[in-house]
Amino acid sequence: MKMLEDFGKGTTQFFEYAGGLTELGGESLSFIGKLKIRVTETIKQCYLLGLQSLIIVILTSLFTGMVFSLESAQQAVSYGFGNLVGSAVAYTSARELGPMLSAVVVAGRVGAAIAAEIGSMVVTEQIEALQSLGLAPARFLVVPRLLALIIMLPLLAVFADVVSIGGGAWIANTYAHISYDSFMSSARQTVGFQDILKGLSKSVVFGIIIALVGAYQGLGTRGGAAGVGKATTGAVVISIILIFVSNFILSYILFGNSH
Amino acid sequence: MSNVIARLDDVSMNYGERVVLQNCSLDVVEGAITCIIGLSGAGKSTILRLLNGLRKPESGHVYVKGTDICHMPEHELINFRSAIGFAFQFAALFDSMTIGENVALPLRENTSMSESEIEKTARGTLESVGLENNYDNFPSELSGGMLKRAGFARAVVTNPAIVLYDEPTTGLDPIITHLLTDTIKRLRAQLNGTAVVISHDLQSIFMMADYVAMLFEGAIIAYDSVTKIRASMNPIVQQFLQGSEVGPIPL
Ligand SMILES: Nc1ncnc2c1ncn2[C@@H]1O[C@H](COP(=O)(O)OP(=O)(O)OP(=O)(O)O)[C@@H](O)[C@H]1O
Ligand SMILES: [Mg+2]
Repeated sequence: MKMLEDFGKGTTQFFEYAGGLTELGGESLSFIGKLKIRVTETIKQCYLLGLQSLIIVILTSLFTGMVFSLESAQQAVSYGFGNLVGSAVAYTSARELGPMLSAVVVAGRVGAAIAAEIGSMVVTEQIEALQSLGLAPARFLVVPRLLALIIMLPLLAVFADVVSIGGGAWIANTYAHISYDSFMSSARQTVGFQDILKGLSKSVVFGIIIALVGAYQGLGTRGGAAGVGKATTGAVVISIILIFVSNFILSYILFGNSH
Repeated sequence: MSNVIARLDDVSMNYGERVVLQNCSLDVVEGAITCIIGLSGAGKSTILRLLNGLRKPESGHVYVKGTDICHMPEHELINFRSAIGFAFQFAALFDSMTIGENVALPLRENTSMSESEIEKTARGTLESVGLENNYDNFPSELSGGMLKRAGFARAVVTNPAIVLYDEPTTGLDPIITHLLTDTIKRLRAQLNGTAVVISHDLQSIFMMADYVAMLFEGAIIAYDSVTKIRASMNPIVQQFLQGSEVGPIPL
């Protein structure tokens, strides 16, 4: 009985959360639709949330591209398929690694920052102050962050793509003596512009997830500094889970019938 | 009877298990200064939040300018609130903005003033609370009392018809207290504005109030003009005004 009850409660909470998230998304979208956008603030957020994540995105994707190349080159060369390494690295980078790595890294850095900032505004009554001035938090706080991530995360993913393919090529060259030319021509053969675009469209979805979950967690903060901590951790955990789940769904939709 | 601009009608309100207001009713007279007094934790700040729709009661009605705001959807409430000033008990300034930007924000967002007019008005309002030199400071660089005055300036900068002040003078020195009390009176006189002021400062209440309401155990137990409240025979009011330990108020 107790288990059933817990399950029921959990399900209700899940749908409540999903509903709240959708509502916040809808509200933000309607402000974007009406062009009620704070342009300067959005640009500032592009810098804070996007540009400042560049180094960490570059580092993580560089080393992931390198390790991927290292392991596949080892195998490929021993079976005489050295010319396929470029295609393998580029293929996974454009479709999966670039969008996913940048999203997960940004979820950890930016999702947490959004939740913490908005959460501490809740506990210091700044959100109520906004409302008392006739300003909707969705327009004032959520829309600039949402737009910033929709713009910047795909750009970061492009950097991740380039850097991980570049790092992969370098490792393939120094470690397995695969020339840059053969690496790149093999890469170009398998990865089309379409693949990159599809990868970037994933990034747009991931950006929406990170911004909305961060903001929703922040706005739901209850109970002082400890509450801010909880909201922040929750934002990271929930957005990363949602990124992985939606990545599977998106891969299925976008690439499912392209084999 | 004078015009009632806002009314709590038989309102009950709780936070979880804790009952804060129970069958509480209060009339706010247009163009008058109504002071709310009561013990710490009695629910005074909660009353102000009900009056501008930041909180919804469990039961009862809240009327402002004839409209029941309890059933107003949030997107209408947002517009409705821009016509009501709210000075928060703990200032609630936006800490990512300077003091000047904080005070200018309602002008920027809710009026069609030019940028130079906005800055002039914001500077003027800050000057009226003695903060003319802090326009470019961030909230973290100001003392508690200075923050409070900046919050006060932000609440009144658009000259709203109704202003809700949550303990505007608590913790301030006597000179600033006098200045703010005068400002509240002056705004009322200039614009025939309505003010609801929560205060523990009896001296400033007696200086400015037209009406005094006492909140006790979830309801308004006394409501009258200042002179009548001062002469009230209600033992709870008497004990509160005298600050005495002996009497019906449990400690
Ligand atoms: N967000 C909240 N969650 C839970 N309880 C709350 C919340 N806000 C207020 N309360 C409770 O409601 C009661 C009334 O709070 P309120 O802030 O209205 O009191 P107050 O009369 O303004 O007190 P003070 O003079 O100390 O400012 C308090 O007992 C408080 O514990
Ligand atoms: Mg209070």
